[in-house]
Amino acid sequence: MSKSAKRELHIRVDHLTRVEGHGNIVVNVSNGKIEDCRWEVVEAPRFFEAMVRGRKWYEMHHITCRICGICSIGHTLASLQATEAALGIEASEQTVLLRKLALHAENLQSHILHVGYLVLPDLMGVGSVVPLAGSHPAELKTVIRIHRLSNEFSDKICGRTTHPQRLVPGGFAKYPKTDELKKLRQGLTEALSDLKEVARLVCSVAGRFPAFSRETEYIALKSDQEYAMYHGQIGSSDGGTWAPGQYKEVTNEFCVPHSTAKYTKHNRDSYMVGALARFNLNADRLTPEARAVARLFKLKPVCYNSFMNNVAQIVECVHSVEDSINIIDRILDRGLALEDIPPIKVRAGQGVSAVEVPRGILFHDYQYDDAGTCIGANLIIPTNQNHNNIYHDLQVLLPSLLGKPEKEIELGLEMLVRAYDPCISCSAHYLKVKFI
Amino acid sequence: MSKPRVAIFDFAGCEGDQLQIVNLEEVVLDVLGQVEIVTWREAMKEQSDHYDIALVEGSITRKSDEERIKAIREKAKVLVAIGACATIGGINCMKNFQDEKFVRRYVYGDKAHWYNTYAARPISAVVPVDANVHGCPINREEFVRVLKALLQGKKPFIPNYPVCVDCKKAGNVCVLLKGQFCMGPVTRAGCGACCITEGAYCWGCRGLVDDPNMDAARELLGRFGISAGEALGQIRLYDGYGEEAR
Repeated sequence: MSKSAKRELHIRVDHLTRVEGHGNIVVNVSNGKIEDCRWEVVEAPRFFEAMVRGRKWYEMHHITCRICGICSIGHTLASLQATEAALGIEASEQTVLLRKLALHAENLQSHILHVGYLVLPDLMGVGSVVPLAGSHPAELKTVIRIHRLSNEFSDKICGRTTHPQRLVPGGFAKYPKTDELKKLRQGLTEALSDLKEVARLVCSVAGRFPAFSRETEYIALKSDQEYAMYHGQIGSSDGGTWAPGQYKEVTNEFCVPHSTAKYTKHNRDSYMVGALARFNLNADRLTPEARAVARLFKLKPVCYNSFMNNVAQIVECVHSVEDSINIIDRILDRGLALEDIPPIKVRAGQGVSAVEVPRGILFHDYQYDDAGTCIGANLIIPTNQNHNNIYHDLQVLLPSLLGKPEKEIELGLEMLVRAYDPCISCSAHYLKVKFI
Repeated sequence: MSKPRVAIFDFAGCEGDQLQIVNLEEVVLDVLGQVEIVTWREAMKEQSDHYDIALVEGSITRKSDEERIKAIREKAKVLVAIGACATIGGINCMKNFQDEKFVRRYVYGDKAHWYNTYAARPISAVVPVDANVHGCPINREEFVRVLKALLQGKKPFIPNYPVCVDCKKAGNVCVLLKGQFCMGPVTRAGCGACCITEGAYCWGCRGLVDDPNMDAARELLGRFGISAGEALGQIRLYDGYGEEAR
């Protein structure tokens, strides 16, 4: 009889660490039989959809970006696009280019923070990034250098790294200077070699990611023109595309009693969003250097190993940098114009947006009355869409770990949840690991 | 002498203020040199119940969180609220002006009874707070300045004059003259008027100055065609827990 056959295991990881927000992992194994393996989201709910009712169209992006400190730029851009769709505001070509830069800056910042500060400690066998200052000072400095650059990037485009000020309905309230864009381009070019160094480091310890596989559905934006981030159609790895306005056909939200975040499902038991989902749907549209990094890790679509989301994030960091360089060149070629905000005629209407933010596809859906006051809102956040997939992954991962010591089981489960880079504040608008 | 032990906690909020601490980059290593971070769920696995300084982000939005903040208060010699949600209640308090049952039902439908919530409030509404780092998000330099003062046993300087002062120093054109709204005349300065400088207007995230001259502010806004009702709506954006918002 194997060691795991009569296993008694009661694990309760309350308030899982090195993730954004509060969640718990609860595991209860009795006589070798899994009786409970649960992912609980316990973040205090914040009720944003109710909060914004009665607020004006020009305040919505300012309020909804406060859903999340890490993806505040993504929320801002989703909010602006929903408002612009509702009020019939057309953003200029330059505005779209600058907004794509803002989205890349956040994608780079969020991914390098996650891979460098939150995941690398697991791969190095330490509890946080702090011991790496002693054991791997050069590598840590490289990570810090990329992170700082990504923040300067957001600062220059958005006015601030968190909760941006310059992004407003119709365009930009203030523009970066041409010289700043040129300096930024130089910094991004240097960051490419830093990113390759981080990729080689992670690749050298990537064997520590479990060889996990569970077939699931991947949902991400798709576009004929590009690796879709700022706009596109909703796509599924199981086939089919939907306009952003049809998002409810894909998300199908439902409540579960152990979670203040709602769950979603589409074709199967669950679906996944985020860097791996985008890679699985759009890998052929990545920039050349990003494709080279994917090859270094032997990452190919469709990859069903959720742990490889970390690797897809590294691939996307390279993509965001390379594509940003291309976009800056386009802006410099056209010449940066200090465009005014187009005249805005307030009217009643509904607007829906779908934007790829670091953790996956984000939907904002607003209804305005004829005075431009918000009378209805629905927000579907990437981490919400991943909770159900995390739950189903845990059901497959736990049995494969049962022969191992408790500490290793705990670490394996934590690493799985962390791989999703869950942004729990967002989703409750929730993380802990509990073995009870 | 052993280094002061610092613990970082969060309640209802976006964790954007903790992100500003991360965003200090190398400076965070200098700060780390002066203190020992013993608990920080967002960044590290290790945790300890023994700490001197507690940095707390987020508002209190349900009864069950009161026990947690009270336990933190008991253990900490110094408790610092960081960010608007913690210092003044922040945007979480907007829901306080709607019927609570409606709010829960609007978001969670027929499962509304599963989710606890009460009127959102700042940390100081539940336990005594020793110092505030205002803002949404906090300003990194101000955070370091406040922490340094506390480490030296000094009372940190927090401005008690309006954002207009910072705005003049920054050389901005008054946004009221451009026909926009602005909370600057009654909002606590210390941010360098960063939102106005970046093309927006002051949203009031640092809360009102002590004893704000509301009559003068109403008269001023009135001159620019902004009604008292509109102004109240703007105060409720961040400072909904404060007296002037009720």
